[in-house]
Amino acid sequence: MASALDNPFHGVLSVARLTWLEARRTRIALAALICAAVFLTAYGLAVYFLFPTSPQPSVRPLLTRQLQLAILTLAGLYVANFLVVAVAVMLPVDSISGEIESGVIETIASKPLARSAIVLGKWLAFLLMTAVYLLLVAGGVVLVVKALTGYLPPHLARALPLMFLGATTLLTLCIAGGTRFKTVTNGIVVFGFYAMAFIGGWVEEIGFILGNESARYIGTAISLISPADSMWRLAAHEMKPPLLQQLPMGPFSTAAVPSGAMVVWAIGFVLAALAVALRQFLKRPL
Amino acid sequence: MRPLTSSRSLRLFSKSAVPAATNVVETQSLHRQFGATVAVADLSLSVARGEIFGFLGHNGAGKTTSLKLLLGLLEPSNGSGTVLGAPLGDRRVRARIGFLPEHFRFHASLTARELLRIHGRLHGLRGATLERRIDDLLMRVDLVDAEDRPLRGYSKGMTQRAGLAQALINDPELVFLDEPTSGLDPLGRLLVRDIIQELRERGTTVFLNSHLLGEVEATCDRVVFVREGRVVRELSLKTSNGDFAVELRVAPLDPGLITALGAFGTQVTRVKDMIRMRLSDEESMPKLANWLVQRGLKVYELRSRRRSLEEWFVEIMGDGQRPG
Repeated sequence: MASALDNPFHGVLSVARLTWLEARRTRIALAALICAAVFLTAYGLAVYFLFPTSPQPSVRPLLTRQLQLAILTLAGLYVANFLVVAVAVMLPVDSISGEIESGVIETIASKPLARSAIVLGKWLAFLLMTAVYLLLVAGGVVLVVKALTGYLPPHLARALPLMFLGATTLLTLCIAGGTRFKTVTNGIVVFGFYAMAFIGGWVEEIGFILGNESARYIGTAISLISPADSMWRLAAHEMKPPLLQQLPMGPFSTAAVPSGAMVVWAIGFVLAALAVALRQFLKRPL
Repeated sequence: MRPLTSSRSLRLFSKSAVPAATNVVETQSLHRQFGATVAVADLSLSVARGEIFGFLGHNGAGKTTSLKLLLGLLEPSNGSGTVLGAPLGDRRVRARIGFLPEHFRFHASLTARELLRIHGRLHGLRGATLERRIDDLLMRVDLVDAEDRPLRGYSKGMTQRAGLAQALINDPELVFLDEPTSGLDPLGRLLVRDIIQELRERGTTVFLNSHLLGEVEATCDRVVFVREGRVVRELSLKTSNGDFAVELRVAPLDPGLITALGAFGTQVTRVKDMIRMRLSDEESMPKLANWLVQRGLKVYELRSRRRSLEEWFVEIMGDGQRPG
């Protein structure tokens, strides 16, 4: 018995295992999987009919086709990103706050675990779930387009981790909120942060296009407070072919591309939110 | 309910090798408040190893908060204490403790077997040892037939029994049971009483918080009464506590007899054809019987009447209190 407890990761892994076991059976997980299946089916049908397998180069020049495919792929990945963000928030939103409210946490916290292991274990399990879901949905979009049209967006290896990082900022915020707020309040706060990130991104884009520095600064400031959307915009920029990057405006425009420093900021945001979560939970009466 | 065989009892609860004399719980002036509200004012108590200890009080007397302080779920605002020799909140010592919270609840999608496996793993148990332990406990709490059903389909009593099994998964030296029989039917209560008896035989200390005074009286060695987070009275249930009541029916019943009985005890009163009085201890009873016979009286009835825990509770806790 002593040997397992001596392992510093024992508590984290045990809680992660419990969280995984429980979360995968929730209705949210089932609903997320159904949403992913419905979305990928609808998306696949759309791609199939928009880009028939026998190309018609005379009707649609190759360059136009590539641009249209790039935009359609980005559209698919945009939805995928939204679904991943939703899962990253909905799965953990009730985890800590709900267990505190129901008293479940008392049974867990009375075991020989450090309290930090409870927070880190849950975070790790939801992080893994978010990663799996991202691979399922975003990977599904990429595979559908590749299989039906042969098109593969560039820099996927850089873009998918950026999408993952964006979702991770909200997931970690949700874990931190759960140590302080009740479930509904926590959900509202985190989705508020996401809405703020979304608006921040648009303000920054429009500010850039209109040459309005103030609007751009405001947008950037909002993105610093909530960097989730910045990560999507950076990922989208990475996945655009060079020609599409030249276009100043259009669907999924990334005229104002977030800098690499924003990635460092987002990682710092995650670490800071995690530190807040740990600190709150350590002090929290259960 | 399945009867418990002695071999199963031994398999479930191995004998403790730790000396019996030490106190497993010691607190000095524990104090906890939430904002301006004082939940535990000044809790000083000790619980001896192997004791079945009852913790009694009204709703809101600070019992559950006290339990949480002992388990490290809450930090005291003031005061100190030890559990199994370690300061309150010590993580390692929790491997030797079991805890059943009031209104036990857990993730509803899990089965009882999964629940026990998870809690065993949280205690660092693994493999065949853990699976054997789970098998034994499921049988002991009579959940074998329902072990693969999700907890959401369980009755309140079944959930409570699953909770009791998780409290015992690590074969603890000290078990905190917060209202263990709430939600249980009479057979379920009997089962819990049997399990506590087995724990006693094994040398496990049980810290029992319960409203059901009958249960406490049937199982506990000692109780304390708590009011506003203070121990207001301690009572051994093994001894008479200087309060051994007897009733006797003798003839002839004359006023001189009432006066003479005053030499044996106090509060001698006549109620119809009976005499009620209090003796200092049980040993006075045969002396009294001998004296009555020597005096030439006809003794039709002589019986002891120990005060029930409920009567004690009303006397100690009744002042100015309203039903909780």
